Amino acid sequence: MPPVEAKDVVKRFGSREALRGVSLKAAAGELVAVIGPNGAGKTTLLSILAGIAKPDEGQVNSDGGAVGWIPQQAALYRRLTVEENLLLFARLEGHPNPRASVEEMLGLTGLAERRGEIVARLSGGNQQRINIAIGLLSRPAVLLLDEPSVGLDPRQRARLWEFVSGLAGRGTTVIFSTHDIQEAERYGGRVLVLADGESLFDGSAGELREAVRREAPEDADRDFETAFVAYLRHRGH
Amino acid sequence: MRGVRWLLLKDLQILRRSPLQAVLLVAYPILIAVLVGFAISRGPEDPRVAFLNEVPQNTRIDVGGQELPKANVREQICERVECVFVHSREEARAKVESGDVLAALILPADLVDKINSLSTLTPGVPEVEVLVNEENAVKAELVDDRITSLLAQANLRIARRIGSEGSRYLGLIVDGGQFHVLGETIPILGLRASARILQAVLPALPRSLRPALEEVNEFASQARDNLDVAKPLIDRLAQPIEVDKVVVGGASPPLEIFAIAVAATLTLAFVVVLLVAGSLALEREENAFPRLTRGLVSGGGLLAEKVLLGIAVGLAVTLLMLFGMRIFVPLELGRVWLWLLAILFAGAALAAAGAALGAAAREVRAVSLLAFMVTLPIAFLSLVPSGAVSPAVFDAIRYLTALFPFKPGLEAITAALDAAGPGLGGPLLHLTILAVAYAAIARLALRRFATV
Ligand SMILES: Nc1ncnc2c1ncn2[C@@H]1O[C@H](COP(=O)(O)OP(=O)(O)OP(=O)(O)O)[C@@H](O)[C@H]1O
Ligand SMILES: [Mg+2]
Repeated sequence: MPPVEAKDVVKRFGSREALRGVSLKAAAGELVAVIGPNGAGKTTLLSILAGIAKPDEGQVNSDGGAVGWIPQQAALYRRLTVEENLLLFARLEGHPNPRASVEEMLGLTGLAERRGEIVARLSGGNQQRINIAIGLLSRPAVLLLDEPSVGLDPRQRARLWEFVSGLAGRGTTVIFSTHDIQEAERYGGRVLVLADGESLFDGSAGELREAVRREAPEDADRDFETAFVAYLRHRGH
Repeated sequence: MRGVRWLLLKDLQILRRSPLQAVLLVAYPILIAVLVGFAISRGPEDPRVAFLNEVPQNTRIDVGGQELPKANVREQICERVECVFVHSREEARAKVESGDVLAALILPADLVDKINSLSTLTPGVPEVEVLVNEENAVKAELVDDRITSLLAQANLRIARRIGSEGSRYLGLIVDGGQFHVLGETIPILGLRASARILQAVLPALPRSLRPALEEVNEFASQARDNLDVAKPLIDRLAQPIEVDKVVVGGASPPLEIFAIAVAATLTLAFVVVLLVAGSLALEREENAFPRLTRGLVSGGGLLAEKVLLGIAVGLAVTLLMLFGMRIFVPLELGRVWLWLLAILFAGAALAAAGAALGAAAREVRAVSLLAFMVTLPIAFLSLVPSGAVSPAVFDAIRYLTALFPFKPGLEAITAALDAAGPGLGGPLLHLTILAVAYAAIARLALRRFATV
């Protein structure tokens, strides 16, 4: 049984269908990128996988291991310091040695020397670093990251992906959403394309390039992002 | 429940981190409490009083054979209160019970006769009857004040007359003389004469002892009898007219206690409702809610944490306030366990209500406004005395305020502060029911509004 699996998931908000029968299966150690235009349903899919939202139809299974979740909107206490935030969540996670995991995360985010600062006074990117660090505190079997690299500088991005790839290398299933096609290609072993709640493509990055070339040959020689946009247009999105 | 401890610590850190908010949270309710205390102790301007005069027309007050100028009771009274003239005791009682009037003043038919009897040897007790509904301490105090001042004036006039009568009887005892009673004339020896006789008989004491002693004996018994008659008369001097106050409904503690209870309950209500609603909404505002409820802490655990936070902070602030009030008003320290009990129960119910508000909101600001908009009117409605509004409106207010923990909280804290008035049991039960009900609503609201 795969660590996480979604089958024909439908999610409606009133009359709007945010997901119209999306399926996704990810194996242990797999890195899956979810891409698609704004409002495609990426966040909705990830929060259903995280168990925060309930699907209206279809099924979601995860094989018991905890599912870690890093939300698109930073989920932390802006009136607490960096360290207080990390310590609170490490304690809530029930870490045997919460202080040690706090130190590890401070090292990863490079915010060790700003540990005593109130989060509200940090830049948006630095707040996002802590948001990610809190999500990484639990060592789940499945890690869901919703646009994790937004707001991060290139060096911090590289650090993030290094860490996340390391986790995947040790067997963690990682599913992340992004608007950065290059990032999806580079880190996503598999790519899922969503548009208007529909699953347009599910396969490797190489296969996606193939599909794009087939769908939009006239734009195939342009850069991949432009070609991808043409591909979406051809598919009616 | 392990998480509850850390969340509680976190909320206290946040509270400490926001000194302005913390100060506002505490200072604002105390300010309101003090203002309300002032407003309450002033009372409304012209209370409505039902007035029934059963004294036959043209009866005059006659003391010691001298008629007093016609006492224009009606004018005197109706100058100070808004008089509602009624025609029977039943009507007066009904008006008090329904709360249409604050009190009823009844001048019984024999009032003037009894006043006239004051200067005789068989003084009656002139009484005026006052019917009040003491469900509310403000009202009770108000009525007491008015009646006391009215009676003091009437009593003063009568007392002056009776005073001179009384001294006439005392003079008789001291100096001796003729005493007229029931058509007969009795000679009174008087203390002076007795002394003189005793002096005269002293030298011849052994032999002629008997008749002299008899005379002295007689005087002694007469004097005792006379003094017995004079005593109630002199007693009446202090307060010629007695008030026969009939409490038609309710009982209430002294006004200062009630004002302090109002201030304490207001403080508790604002601190607890705002804090619990605000800190619950903060979880949503900071997007932390889904992160927490994904296995870190259950929805019930989160609610329990907020309720605990509310009770702890509310208890601290309210106790501090009560101890501060002790500087001005003596509060029985022996009852401090009852204070704790009342504050705990009221705090729990208010916290649950705050949680129900907070569970339905996404923003701290919105929910703070909402908490104010709910708590303030409920608090003021809870203080409306019957008689200030029409009976139908008053009933509506009573049902409405019973749904929110302010009124039972006020009743519990009042009962805890002072033994007068109704007991603590009823309000505590009421608060328990409200706490459970609001906790259930909060739980539902959290499920309904928090999941996507
Ligand atoms: N709570 C909600 N209530 C109503 N509609 C919602 C809600 N959440 C999402 N939607 C709708 O569902 C659709 C999918 O939204 P979702 O947030 O999943 O998109 P997304 O792919 O993550 O977009 P973005 O790239 O902008 O983050 C959108 O049309 C959105 O308006
Ligand atoms: Mg999104």
